[in-house]
Amino acid sequence: MYTQAMDTAPKEERAAIRNADEVVAEQAFEAALDNEGFIEAKDWMPDHYRKTLVRQISQHAHSEIVGMLPEGNWITRAPTLKRKAILLAKVQDEAGHGLYLYAAGETLGTSRDQMLDALHTGKAKYSSIFNYPTLTWADVGVVGWLVDGAAIMNQIPLCRCSYAPYARAMVRVCREESFHQRQGYDALLTMMQKGTDAQRAMVQDATDRWWWPSLMMFGPPDDQSPNTAQSMRWGIKRITNDQLRQKFVNAAVEQAKILGVTLPDPDLKWNEARGEYDFGAIDWSEFWQVVNGDGPCNKERLAERVDAWNDGEWVREAALAHARRTAARAEKQAA
Amino acid sequence: MTASRTDLANARAQAHEWPLWEVFVRPKAGLDHKHCGSLHAADSKMALQLAREVYTRRQEGVSVWIVRSDQIVASDPADKAMLFDPMEDKVYRHPTFYELPPEVGHM
Repeated sequence: MYTQAMDTAPKEERAAIRNADEVVAEQAFEAALDNEGFIEAKDWMPDHYRKTLVRQISQHAHSEIVGMLPEGNWITRAPTLKRKAILLAKVQDEAGHGLYLYAAGETLGTSRDQMLDALHTGKAKYSSIFNYPTLTWADVGVVGWLVDGAAIMNQIPLCRCSYAPYARAMVRVCREESFHQRQGYDALLTMMQKGTDAQRAMVQDATDRWWWPSLMMFGPPDDQSPNTAQSMRWGIKRITNDQLRQKFVNAAVEQAKILGVTLPDPDLKWNEARGEYDFGAIDWSEFWQVVNGDGPCNKERLAERVDAWNDGEWVREAALAHARRTAARAEKQAA
Repeated sequence: MTASRTDLANARAQAHEWPLWEVFVRPKAGLDHKHCGSLHAADSKMALQLAREVYTRRQEGVSVWIVRSDQIVASDPADKAMLFDPMEDKVYRHPTFYELPPEVGHM
């Protein structure tokens, strides 16, 4: 999901090589890519690689942070203390993942405030999926099952991204994220197996609403993803959107059966020849509508982020003032 | 790179960003502290607290070091060849360079 930035933004053009030193540096850079090696923060890299990565990593970070909002609403409304503790841990993880990623983005020479400013002014995007509402408790389970499931599938290849600080952050993210999908599915299983008819209907309703947006998380079809070749070369993407989407559908169909819900797609059926599930056409006009700002919750999500940032300003200032005063006092005593 | 780091420092100063700290965690007694990431904090006390929250949520460590990022002195990647390549032809620094009679056994 989090590689959406690669597909929905214009391609950064390669700058003309200016001098002999750069030619040598670029050869070393290309050789590292040829050998599936890593580029470290202070290694030479072409500008369009740097810019593309800043965009990709910062928008990935924004997705983690904005992604806290739909679930955060349910922390105080979780049905049991156990579910509340689990959800709290998960949402805290998302905050942590955002921080790892912002830190990785900063190694490319863009400050945290610059990245946040791009989010708050609407210049930077985040994953389209977080612009859908979480209407019932079953939504929290389905977000874990489908949304985190899709995210994990998308993020695992990023652990081998050519930009080392990003790859290292992704190793940590993926290790922590594996419980996120399981806890969601577990919550849904409880509702399906031990719940009332009304609760089972709630799970089905949430599945119906989240299924198609989850498939859109993988980004536009391959023939409409002009940046794919470059992203593959740079190891920002290792598997195409359509391949990942197919893999996700294959896994989800079996999971839905065990859960006892139906997926809202009459065209979903096993294709013996392909050895995979066929599925219906995705409404890409909905995807672009949400990406371009007209999803069900775009305004609400962004407004909530901006409010949180503005409300926290006095805390940030006070902490800095306290640190400066303490440092000044220590200096005076030492003198 | 130098230019962008200066730009970054300027941007930080203007934006009142909290300073950046590097975090090192010792996974368990007997092992080295290992770099695991960075974070922003107003002072060292807050940096330690946040390092605990951000990097040890699953008992990843028993000890944390934090250091201001601008206090770290690092080698320049451009000097990589000059600094490290001379060791390439000094194979006699490795025990496998020496072929001893098998009767000597483990040495």
